[in-house]
Amino acid sequence: MTGFIIRRTLIVIPTLLGVTIVIFSMLAITPGDPAELLLGERATQASLEAMREYLGLNKPLYVQYGLFLKRVAKFDLGQTIWSRDKVSKEIGARFPATIELALAAMLISSLLGITLGIISATKQYSWFDYASMLGSLVGVSMPVFWLGLMFMLLFSLTLGWFPMSGRIGVETDLTVVTNFYVLDAILMRNWAGLKDALMHLALPALALSTIPLAIVARMTRSSMLEVLRQDYIKTARAKGLSETKIVLKHALRNGLIPVVTVVGLQFGILMGGAILTETVFAWPGVGKWLFDGVVKRDYMVIQGGTLLVATTFVIVNLVVDVLYAVINPRISVK
Amino acid sequence: MVKKIGIVLCILVLLVYGTALAQTPKKGGTLIFGRGGDSVGLDPAYETDGNSFMICDNVHEGLVFYKDESTDTEPGLAESWTIAPDGKTYTFKLRKGVKFHDGTPFNADAVVFSHGRQMKERKLKFFGKGWDIPKQERPPEYWVTMEMDGTIDSIEAVDEYTVVYKLKRVEAPFIANMGMDFADIISPTAFMKDPGGAVRNPVGTGPYKFVKWVKDDSLTLEAYKDYWNKAKGPYMDRVVFRVIPENSVRFLELKAGSIHLCQFPNAADIPMAKKDPNLWVPTQPGMNIGYLGYNHKKEPWKSNVKLRRAIAHAINRKAIVDNIYQGMGEVAKNCIPPTMWGYNKDVPGYAYDVELAKKLLAEAGYPEGKGLPEITLWSMPVPRPYNPEGLKVGVAMIGDLKKIGIKSRIVSYDWGTYLNRQRDQPEDMDLFQLGWTGDNGDPDNFLAVLFDGMASPEVRTQWHNETYHKYMLDGKQTVDQAKRAEIYQKALQLMYDEVPVIPIAHSTVMWPASKKVVNFKLHPTGSVMLRSVWLQ
Repeated sequence: MTGFIIRRTLIVIPTLLGVTIVIFSMLAITPGDPAELLLGERATQASLEAMREYLGLNKPLYVQYGLFLKRVAKFDLGQTIWSRDKVSKEIGARFPATIELALAAMLISSLLGITLGIISATKQYSWFDYASMLGSLVGVSMPVFWLGLMFMLLFSLTLGWFPMSGRIGVETDLTVVTNFYVLDAILMRNWAGLKDALMHLALPALALSTIPLAIVARMTRSSMLEVLRQDYIKTARAKGLSETKIVLKHALRNGLIPVVTVVGLQFGILMGGAILTETVFAWPGVGKWLFDGVVKRDYMVIQGGTLLVATTFVIVNLVVDVLYAVINPRISVK
Repeated sequence: MVKKIGIVLCILVLLVYGTALAQTPKKGGTLIFGRGGDSVGLDPAYETDGNSFMICDNVHEGLVFYKDESTDTEPGLAESWTIAPDGKTYTFKLRKGVKFHDGTPFNADAVVFSHGRQMKERKLKFFGKGWDIPKQERPPEYWVTMEMDGTIDSIEAVDEYTVVYKLKRVEAPFIANMGMDFADIISPTAFMKDPGGAVRNPVGTGPYKFVKWVKDDSLTLEAYKDYWNKAKGPYMDRVVFRVIPENSVRFLELKAGSIHLCQFPNAADIPMAKKDPNLWVPTQPGMNIGYLGYNHKKEPWKSNVKLRRAIAHAINRKAIVDNIYQGMGEVAKNCIPPTMWGYNKDVPGYAYDVELAKKLLAEAGYPEGKGLPEITLWSMPVPRPYNPEGLKVGVAMIGDLKKIGIKSRIVSYDWGTYLNRQRDQPEDMDLFQLGWTGDNGDPDNFLAVLFDGMASPEVRTQWHNETYHKYMLDGKQTVDQAKRAEIYQKALQLMYDEVPVIPIAHSTVMWPASKKVVNFKLHPTGSVMLRSVWLQ
């Protein structure tokens, strides 16, 4: 197992190298000059030259790439073009926000999705089954953008239950340690802060969870249906075990294997795909930051951000592979 | 009788007192300002965007202030200034007893430091010990584009409260430039402690001081207790600038009462804001111009004035403003906004007249467009303050041109490429959309910078007209404002006659606010100055 984890971790290096090459080539072929965008209508030839020189844009691309690799090897992601702040610092402030949101969404979608899927599978063709599968179809097709606005209209403006947007109230006093606000509030035993952070987290997490929830629910249902038809389940029934025990102890463990893959993949997608949710809910995360970086051709942000997302993806996949073995020891790790 | 008079008097006193009470600023409270994007940085010398400047506007101050709702100047950190008869020496007398937020005194050396650090070749003299200013790595954008290195020769602190600027040439807009954000005075002590950190920890003399900044989330300022001009504020305890990127969400937050001011709402939300009993809509004509230019490097545009005029009369600019600007703008007559001195009211503007346009087109040698190949109309890919939707404006214009027989098509690029290629005036460009937001309220900042092609090959409209060029030089070198206004009015008449570009529109800025916000005024430069604002 340890050897497997080490091997899988080492694969991260060539993967990331590949990612950086792809990103650099894409930046090379897409038009747009950060110096020009930075200076806008006001740019003069002199100011453009000075800016390009300062940013190192007048060097050939392979030299820029070489310099980039050299920096990364020293764990230095450089300074962003626009905000003139360290990329690592910019990421440090935003990444926890994205992770917090993605984890919350994952938690909602897994718990709810798996429960719905199990009930649907055990009560196949019942009204509950039809309703939850129809609901999940709607969930998959719902644009987050629109759903977010509807949530706000209903839960914030009309009912006043949750704050509309942002990560924490303006008046809330929270000492930030890890930048995971929920964790920070618990660490500081700031219960008012914890409540506020959770209230702010609720709507965006709910909106972000709809698509994975629907996918997880459908996946669990079909996987459970298959498992429930297996011979060993019949044996368990013949032994006279209670239905609950059969489903939760015998069927679920095998039924969950494909679900874990889906959850893992969804988490990776949530990491990079939370841009819309972050924009609608004014959530200061890494998705919106990376998107702005692309629009503004901030090479440093794009490189740092994609490296981060790629790394997370690889790590999540690694975790999924390890989880397989935990859920079902018969799956040997090769 | 006496009793009646007594009652009337009482009522009068109450009325007067009541009015006075309504006008008396209320202290305290936290203003929450909802904006669409975060600040990029907070060092006034290096910023280029409105969301950064709105923080600098409240934390920092310059020698010269703009008045509340115009770009007329008034004394700021300088109590007064004198200009030598040759127009090349400016002496500023500074305000005494002003302190930076870090407690260090504001004086002549701070001024020399703040401006001197932006100079390419520093000719500076401190009065006291001074500082060894570190080399600047990044070019200070506004200093460069306002050509300050070509203007200023040396800066000298003569005594603790007197600074003398020696100029290389007569530059009439110099005082107006001193009111711009790049000319703000920063605390040298704070800067020298951490030169790289000035972009995140601004220390100035302004009414509000910087507290904290959570990127893409919120930025907090608090009232500066030792502000030098207590008669003008600050009144609120704190101001929080919240980033809410989505326009409709920002407006919903305003309606819900969780923010007090909503920057750049969707045009469709303005009527709703006007109807809402809890909101009001501060409005200000923007100091900008959106225009349609010709490629003056190629024929027929270069020398055929009648053709240029025909197009000017063919385009229905009112329809564009009504439908695409959605009423948040006005049709432009001149290439400077009507709020600016030097504006020429007597210029009639190009009336929308299809018949006249057809007649002019025939006189230009292209009856019903015959003989004119399909032309390209470059349309902007991004919304700018002076043009909300370039592509839609382009489509409208193509329709208008078709009515007089001119075939045209839209060309667009990503914004960086658009700006880059437009500057070269390539052969495949016939007409182009562009525009400008003013910096300092000086007509020179529009008329010379944008349209005097003879001044530099970098001017985006390469129109070469000797008379116009002379007007621009005169305007720069005449110090008396009334005389300058006359010069610019003549230049605007000449522009109307020669049609180097077609002025399309000036946009209007409308930011809905809660009725709790009192005395908030939008400034033509786009500055957000909260010094005298209070919460009811």
